[in-house]
Amino acid sequence: MRIGCPLCGVRDRREFYYAGHAGALDRPDPAASAKIWDDYLHNRDNPAGLTEDLWHHESGCGAWLVVRRNTVSHAVLSARLAKGDQL
Amino acid sequence: MRVSGKGLINRETVLNFKFNGQLFQGFAGDTLASALLANDQRLVARSFKYHRPRGIMTAGSEEPNALVTIYRSGSQEPNTRATVQPLYEGLVAQPQNAWPSLKFDALGVNDLLSPFLAAGFYYKTFMWPRAFWERVYEPFIRHAAGLGALAAAYDHDLYEKAYAHCDVLIIGAGPSGLMAALAAARAGLDVILADENDRVGGRLLSEVEEVGSVAGHIWAEGIGAELVGLANVKVMTNSTVTGAYDQGTYGALERVGHHLHAAPKGLPLETFWRITAKRTILCAGALERQIAFKDNDRPGIMTASGMRSYLNRYGVSPGQKIAIFGNNSDAHRTARDFSNAGVDVVAMIDSRSGVLAQGDYPVYAGTHVVGTSGRLGLRSITIRQDGELNTIKCDALGVSGGWNPSVHLTCHMNGRPVWDAGLASFLPQEDAIPGMSVAGAAAGTMSTAGALAQGYEMAQSAAKDLGKRPRAFDLPSAEDAPYEIEPFWDVGGKGRAWLDFQNDVTTKDVKQAAQENFRSVEHMKRYTTQGMATDQGKNSNVTALAVLADATGRGIPETGTTTFRPPYVPVAMAALGAGGHGKGFAPERLLTSDAATRALNAPMIETGLWYRPSYFPQAGETHWRQSCDREVTMVRNTVGVCDVSTLGKIDIQGPDAVTFLDLLYTNSFASLKLRRVRYGLMLREDGHVMDDGTCARLGESHYLMTTTTAAAGQVMRHMDFVHQALRPDLDVSFTSVTEHWAQFAVAGPQARTLLNGILDSKISDKNMPYMGCAAVQLGAVSGRLFRISFSGEHAYELAVPASYGDSLFRLLCDHAYALGGGPYGMEALNVLRLEKGFITHAEIHGRTTAFDIGMARMISDKKDCIGKTMAARPGLIGVERDQLVGLRPVVELEKIIPGAHLFELDAVPIRENDQGYVTSMCYSPTVESVIAQAFLRDGRNRIGEIVKMVEHLSGSTTLCLVCTTVFFDPEGGRLRG
Repeated sequence: MRIGCPLCGVRDRREFYYAGHAGALDRPDPAASAKIWDDYLHNRDNPAGLTEDLWHHESGCGAWLVVRRNTVSHAVLSARLAKGDQL
Repeated sequence: MRVSGKGLINRETVLNFKFNGQLFQGFAGDTLASALLANDQRLVARSFKYHRPRGIMTAGSEEPNALVTIYRSGSQEPNTRATVQPLYEGLVAQPQNAWPSLKFDALGVNDLLSPFLAAGFYYKTFMWPRAFWERVYEPFIRHAAGLGALAAAYDHDLYEKAYAHCDVLIIGAGPSGLMAALAAARAGLDVILADENDRVGGRLLSEVEEVGSVAGHIWAEGIGAELVGLANVKVMTNSTVTGAYDQGTYGALERVGHHLHAAPKGLPLETFWRITAKRTILCAGALERQIAFKDNDRPGIMTASGMRSYLNRYGVSPGQKIAIFGNNSDAHRTARDFSNAGVDVVAMIDSRSGVLAQGDYPVYAGTHVVGTSGRLGLRSITIRQDGELNTIKCDALGVSGGWNPSVHLTCHMNGRPVWDAGLASFLPQEDAIPGMSVAGAAAGTMSTAGALAQGYEMAQSAAKDLGKRPRAFDLPSAEDAPYEIEPFWDVGGKGRAWLDFQNDVTTKDVKQAAQENFRSVEHMKRYTTQGMATDQGKNSNVTALAVLADATGRGIPETGTTTFRPPYVPVAMAALGAGGHGKGFAPERLLTSDAATRALNAPMIETGLWYRPSYFPQAGETHWRQSCDREVTMVRNTVGVCDVSTLGKIDIQGPDAVTFLDLLYTNSFASLKLRRVRYGLMLREDGHVMDDGTCARLGESHYLMTTTTAAAGQVMRHMDFVHQALRPDLDVSFTSVTEHWAQFAVAGPQARTLLNGILDSKISDKNMPYMGCAAVQLGAVSGRLFRISFSGEHAYELAVPASYGDSLFRLLCDHAYALGGGPYGMEALNVLRLEKGFITHAEIHGRTTAFDIGMARMISDKKDCIGKTMAARPGLIGVERDQLVGLRPVVELEKIIPGAHLFELDAVPIRENDQGYVTSMCYSPTVESVIAQAFLRDGRNRIGEIVKMVEHLSGSTTLCLVCTTVFFDPEGGRLRG
């Protein structure tokens, strides 16, 4: 598997650390309900098809990426910086 | 026997080799198999289950029978297929599965017992009595099981891994592959052409036919030479593509040193490649299948195409009198070629009616082979024509049940092959692998002219796809005869007819599986072990499922195939794991003080990838505890030096640095003054403790964070996440500087005296108070000094750029010796911290909260931080939690064992009564007692209670007094003094 890092180009999967669904980007308000926090931390969909998840280019530039991929075909469709377009 | 005038071997170069203890001779260009056949060695192996005598069946990597062990200087390699082993001078090979000898095999008795050993025998028999399993059945099975044997010694053979990238990977260098490579190369694409043979040409090497008015193998050689000369083409011979993976990734096994008796130093035996290709053209050809008839497994019976390969490529006839049995036009080529070569072709038996001879050999049309004779090698066959039985004397029989296109790689990503009734074969499903197209026999195109055209066409379209302009050129003329076949699988009748030769699966086994309701092809496979041997049923699977289809009254397409999985050919673990043994297993991180430390004979202990000293033994010390106790006492009384460079160090700068730290740490850093250090606690977002450490404020907006050794990577990753994903608005930058600084703890009452002996400017409580930090000079070297302590003593950590680490460590040790101190290791460090009640990752192991470790108050209520909300949730705080306490044994020096569980005094020590567990223990020479840390249910309210520690593995029980975690200097006077 290879991921196109927006900063480094296409790199081998072994340079990346996988960290689950991109929902982790939407940190709830500290005062949000226990249910919202529970969902944020523990509840995940298990889609057959498109999904977005987080990969850390740990052995590369250190960027956290949001990678769009297909869990059925294993196609890696796109990768963007988790912090947004501002470099 | 050799046939004069035939073959691509070099008869000038004679090679001596040994098989089964006997000396033989072959020629350069032979495989072990062709050389054995040239020497009339028909019996080369015993089958796995029944130990039936077996001979060479094919001329390729699909060989099920001829597995041998090759002995090289200092190594042995089992399960080598003689058909792909190049012959070399001095080759030594032994047959397998045969004891005491190949001609008399004791386990051949299994063959007589075969009525009892049918499919499912093991499942049915070894069920009862239950007690028999361990004592009788398992040892018996283990003795009989296993294919070949390893040397059981260190493997000195070198293996390598390698990576390659290309525009187009072409798999197979037969006519379609060569033409595809040529067209792709001429279009300007980067091409890799891989073939498992040692030369290009594929089937052209084994056939008598012309391409472009020269012999096929000459044409192939010419194209091969042209390709090798092109800068944009890499021709990989001896390389089998073994698997297709995501995103155009392919595995390939290159056999590099197999043709040598002793590889020159540095030359690997095999290299495992990972090839990444934008497009792939599969030109893997096709494999011939067998027909099932009674006793079709005798030595001398082989595939008709394999037979032809031995004649045309190696100049070998596998017998004096040749018979051929087939159901298709291609089988006649074998009869024709042998007849033209002057070998006696006694019969061409064709199951189809009305077929005619293509040469000077007798044809029996509409005829079947119904039996054979010859215990250690074929002597005769029995045929049935128009209901009449006849016996024909022959010593070699070529069988062709038709061709199976090599669809394997197209199925590695869940593709399912599609049945083609005309060819009586499965064809590749279209677009089963993204970016892969299929050409030639692999796509069901059986003629050479068709293969050339299709290879050309697929390369042109790949070039277009990749934005290159294809270059048109004329194709050479070639054989274009139609391939005619009438499906015929199983002659039927009584007796055993073999399908899977390596696993000894017969048509009867498949029919029995169907009868016992293992009707799905996947169930049949597992019940009979059909196709589960090292050859993965390459010759036999399709025939087996045809027999199953017949037995279950279904069609072949409805019956379907089993799943094809990588690897296509067996791959040695050593090749997959190349470079991963010895020092290649894991990187080693060494301290700058490593050489000096080892010079002091300190045993090293691994902490993650780091190597750290356990203790520094002195003359007369015979046990690590003596050294450890001395080092602890030394630190408490004088001064000790310890390399703590392994702690993670992260340099943080920027106007928003403090806001960032406040989000990361539970406690506030806004109030941290310049040149001061603060202990900090970090949580995960789920409320559990991630790590602890210190953070120093070096400048106005410049901080240096330390992490524990174990969590350095995790914390860095976490900080990247919090910054980039949650607060990209913060103007802060940080980077790991762990390796940039060598850092040493100097601890003990004499610590300041020691430092004042080496620092340019003297330090005092005033300019360097407890939890202070400052830049310091050691002559020309600029360093950093932190007054922090993990020992409870008056202590400092002194950091210098890593290149000065070695000399600083030696200097610190020398000064320490002069004061009656010295270096100390991990054992003493652990005792010192336990005496003071400090925690490590034995305590913050990922399931404990700030509340559990008694640090709930460190979660500031004036700000948010990562993990704050969840740390307060019900269930993570309260009396039901296991809380950190200290333990000491009631009876002095009784054992406390980390990992042991705690129970109330009168409780039965079972899970339901569990009250907690021990995390760390040591003997403290300071308080002269065993001391420990443990998590105990509602522990902080149970100080003074006595609990029972039970260690179930060893059966130890110790009564323990629950106490606070701080065993020494609870007021902390020594820290500040």
